[in-house]
Amino acid sequence: MAGIARLLLLVLMSTVPLFSSGSRTGFTINGRVKIPHGFGPKGFTLPGRMSNVKVILNGGQNVTFVRPDGYFSFHNIPSGTHLIEVAAMGYFFSPVRVDFSARNPGKVQAALTENRRGLSELVLEPLREEHYYEVREPFSIMSLLKSPMGLMLGFMLVVAVFMPKLVENMDAEEMRRVQEEMRGQGVPSLSGMSPGGARN
Amino acid sequence: MAITYAVLLFLIFYSFQPTLSLYEDQVGLTDWHQQYIGKVKQAVFHTHKTGRKRVVVSTEDNVIATLDLRHGEIFWRHVLGHNDVVDGIDIALGKYVITLSSEGRILRAWNLPDGQMVWESSLHGPKHSKSLLLMTNVIIEKDNVVVIFSNGRLHAVSCIDGEVLWNKDFEAESLEVQKVIQPPGSNFVYVVGFAASSQFEMYQINATNGELLKHESEAFSGRFSGEVSLVSSETLVALDSTGLILLRISFHEGKISIQQTPISDLVEDSPGPAVIIPSSIMGLFTIKINAVTIFIRVIGKGKLEVVEKANHETAVGDALSLSEGQQAFALVQHAGRDIHLTVKLAHDWGGDLLKESIKMDQQRGLVHKVFINNYVRTDGSYGFRALIVMEDHSLLLLQQGTIVWSREDGLASIIDVTTSELPVERAGVSVAKVELNLFEWLKGHMLKLKGTLMLATPEDIAAIQYMRLKSSEKSKMTRDHNGFRKLLIALTRAGKLFALHTGDGRIVWSRLLQSLHKSEACQHPIGLNLSPWQVPHHHALDENPSVLVVGRCGPSSDALGILSFIDSYTGKELSSSRLVHSVAQVIPLPYTDSTEQRLHLLIDADKHAHLYPETPEAISIFRREFSNIYWYSVEDENGIIKGYALKSKCNGNVDDKFCFDARELWSIVLPSESEKIIATVTRKMNEAVHTQAKLIAADQDVMYKYVSRNLLFVATVAPKASGEIGSVTPEESWLVVYLIDTVTGCVLHRMTHHGSQGPVEAVFSENWVVYHYFNLRAHRYEMSVIEIYDQSRADNKDVWKLVVGKHNLTSPISSYSRSEVVTKSQSYFFTHSLKAIAVTSTAKGITSKQLLMGTIGDQVLALDKRFLDPRRSVNPTQAEREEGIIPLTDSLPIIPQSYITHNIRVEGLRGIITVAAKLESTTLVFAHGLDLFFTHFAPSRTYDSLTEDFSCALLLITIVALVAAIFVTWLLSQRKELQDKWR
Repeated sequence: MAGIARLLLLVLMSTVPLFSSGSRTGFTINGRVKIPHGFGPKGFTLPGRMSNVKVILNGGQNVTFVRPDGYFSFHNIPSGTHLIEVAAMGYFFSPVRVDFSARNPGKVQAALTENRRGLSELVLEPLREEHYYEVREPFSIMSLLKSPMGLMLGFMLVVAVFMPKLVENMDAEEMRRVQEEMRGQGVPSLSGMSPGGARN
Repeated sequence: MAITYAVLLFLIFYSFQPTLSLYEDQVGLTDWHQQYIGKVKQAVFHTHKTGRKRVVVSTEDNVIATLDLRHGEIFWRHVLGHNDVVDGIDIALGKYVITLSSEGRILRAWNLPDGQMVWESSLHGPKHSKSLLLMTNVIIEKDNVVVIFSNGRLHAVSCIDGEVLWNKDFEAESLEVQKVIQPPGSNFVYVVGFAASSQFEMYQINATNGELLKHESEAFSGRFSGEVSLVSSETLVALDSTGLILLRISFHEGKISIQQTPISDLVEDSPGPAVIIPSSIMGLFTIKINAVTIFIRVIGKGKLEVVEKANHETAVGDALSLSEGQQAFALVQHAGRDIHLTVKLAHDWGGDLLKESIKMDQQRGLVHKVFINNYVRTDGSYGFRALIVMEDHSLLLLQQGTIVWSREDGLASIIDVTTSELPVERAGVSVAKVELNLFEWLKGHMLKLKGTLMLATPEDIAAIQYMRLKSSEKSKMTRDHNGFRKLLIALTRAGKLFALHTGDGRIVWSRLLQSLHKSEACQHPIGLNLSPWQVPHHHALDENPSVLVVGRCGPSSDALGILSFIDSYTGKELSSSRLVHSVAQVIPLPYTDSTEQRLHLLIDADKHAHLYPETPEAISIFRREFSNIYWYSVEDENGIIKGYALKSKCNGNVDDKFCFDARELWSIVLPSESEKIIATVTRKMNEAVHTQAKLIAADQDVMYKYVSRNLLFVATVAPKASGEIGSVTPEESWLVVYLIDTVTGCVLHRMTHHGSQGPVEAVFSENWVVYHYFNLRAHRYEMSVIEIYDQSRADNKDVWKLVVGKHNLTSPISSYSRSEVVTKSQSYFFTHSLKAIAVTSTAKGITSKQLLMGTIGDQVLALDKRFLDPRRSVNPTQAEREEGIIPLTDSLPIIPQSYITHNIRVEGLRGIITVAAKLESTTLVFAHGLDLFFTHFAPSRTYDSLTEDFSCALLLITIVALVAAIFVTWLLSQRKELQDKWR
């Protein structure tokens, strides 16, 4: 299947003046939407995926759909400069500028408007895949630690580990003074922890 | 220093992250999506094969869809372009759906199981004509052939690949082809029609090669009119142009005979001209005289006989071929609250195959269409299922006397939407039936905790997901603290009002408005506008809120108006009235009376203003504000914008105290040869603006936003460039935008974009307007922003003046004061075409704004307003960066995670409505088109509430652990102290 797809890559873009009776002259735009196999991590194309692809000319003037092989066509289009957009869920397509010159029938130019890259043939490929959802990060210790609760625990640990170190580095004399003070206050009791106590 | 830089950079970088994003498992928590197809035009059943039974439908909204016959769900659906109207559908080879659309120019085949387009062919012809699709049983080289008559040419197309096998032109200038008929078992087709309305033409064409076998014509003394009914494969029934004479036209074996029968011979008291209801039932046809439906049978050699006259509203379905050449057809008649579905045999009027009576919801109105399908019961007899289309555009399947399923497809064509608050929860009245007990609550939180710690089994995850989605909290019928639960009231094209609950999207009530019902006096009533009428909060809390529906009796602006008042909680029509004047504009005034009814001004086509409600109190309020009321009108075909004020009471009719004359204050006439108005936008009436001042951190400066309610944004293009993209060269097209004060008519700003054209989509909020248009030079879409600042307040930055009190900050903004405004603007490229654009709105206007853009792919993309800030520059200074100014890029970014519709398409998107919730951070977003989509959206994340995935249990556990740790350490320290003392 992939091989066939690659073979089909050589697509001609034909412009056939359909009829020139009266003032109406119409061109046919033929092109192809190609969603490469194995684009992105998931690897598709699932069958029926192409059925949700819409090709839109000039912001909604004409809407067409693609065939199973990705080909599409717009009929009876006047000469001038046109814009083709592809709406496909999950893919980002650049709009394509297509020029038909009235003076020189058959001369056609196509270019992606996003990056101004010229196209030798009207094969439209997505510039990138679009993922609409954030990916949930798998469980990790870091994410747990980063949460407010984790930070609280971390702070406690830091205090429990480093505070004694600080105390050790202290002057012997000062240490004694602090210890004296603490004795004066007595041992902290749990009642002091209650919200009522904290407010005092 | 370096560290602060790093921190700042980190913060800036962090703030660039998409502000809204959704995890896949959060889908459906706050959002819902409903899919519709619109009013069904044609239906074809596919029930022959074993497997899933389905029905293929085409609708007036250019949708082709297949529905599951069991439940009414959509298997697949395609929305064709707006000018790609479906002319006919059929099923070919049992696997393809063939559709003819675009006035017979495009023929497509879709794969029946999955909706993949298989082939498409383009048909052309010499002239415009009726489009007819006929599935034949002719086979050419193993190909089944479908015959299409369109644009004056007959085509035979292969069903396999869409190749045109032959075609034949019907060049005759005046020929109007009415039918293409294939007699059963033959391999030729008849093409019949009228030439110059007085000649019947019959062509017999060989279906295998398009060869003309026979051409006959017969002149008729009168003139033919309108539709024809087929009563056999070689007999037609038509009416003459007076509508009084029935014509039976037979072309058996190439011999045309026209037999005339005056209707008065058949119906004694025929009151007026008849209309034929086109059908193709063997030996039977239907005419309609006023409201009476008459069934007439064709017997043998041209004898006509009336079989039934039905005075009730009747819908007749088309013929369904049963076996052995029998044909059945369905008719549905209304009888009070019930409808009677009857299936009859074509040749035997008395013998009913089926007669059922079904109770029908009165809010669905009349039956408009009926399609039947048969199945063979176990006892060998025929059973029938009927698909009916109702006046409110809903679709119902009837089988065995019951409604199997129904679809509210009226919601596919919403005209206007408003919201209403739900009732306040009162003590003693518990609306939620299932209140969770403590154990359940704990269990739920333990499950959640397990989920957070990744310890949950797949069953647990499923249970968590179910719990989150089915939270009874969100679908309660009472007000909530956050203001998330509301009623969305939607007016549809069918004249039906729906109230949807924002929690789960269910229909709370629906009502087909009797005042918008078709009647003698009002032939084509249409709804125009929906606005909140009474929003009780202080004085009249016991009353239910109500909405006002404004409609008119026809498409033209001078048709008489209709008003209807509807209770928002029950859907009851409180009152309605036919107006004696037309309605051109509806202006809700910012005043309410003592019962909190909002004053509305209705402007008619003659520029008179009519005040509603028509009470003395309203008049007295109105008198007080008489000189403060201004409005404007835009005549886009003439390119004139006019401003008005009230003058006096109406001169003409003395008794009408509620009618006022207007005086024209100003007018702006745009040169019609160079400018054509294509878009006008104003600010939303009820938008909240938090602060007028904008701090410019870079130079410690303050700018004052020019926040005026009377600003109008107008976009005009060169008349040549008003067509489609690509029809003009950049040199001959330009786009001009104006900012106009609608009180004084003063043009505050004018800007020209050379080489640009429409369509323009614009949104106006606070002191800025953002618009989207097409740049022909770059051949890309562009978006521009204009911000408007008040210069007259700029000298208030002197602190001393503020201290002394010599500032003018407290003076109100007035349109009369000398306006010294400065505007800033900037343009950026944008990738997609837009269908709609809106801006988030929050309760207090503090939260930063995001633009909501409905793209051509029917998705809604959120874009931070900071990307459209005219102060963006390529290299913002450090101070500017701190302020949150983003470095300038030539195009606006499209971040897939900021599609608020995530992987959903809101097919046929037409409008986006934002409503502020009570919670400042959150906006409620409702997007409608064919589909409906609703979600909560927090433009700057939910900074004022805990996120949904916040784990209460984890917090509790942490606190418990901390308390335990404190206790343990306290014990340890005590013991240590004791040991110290012993030492």
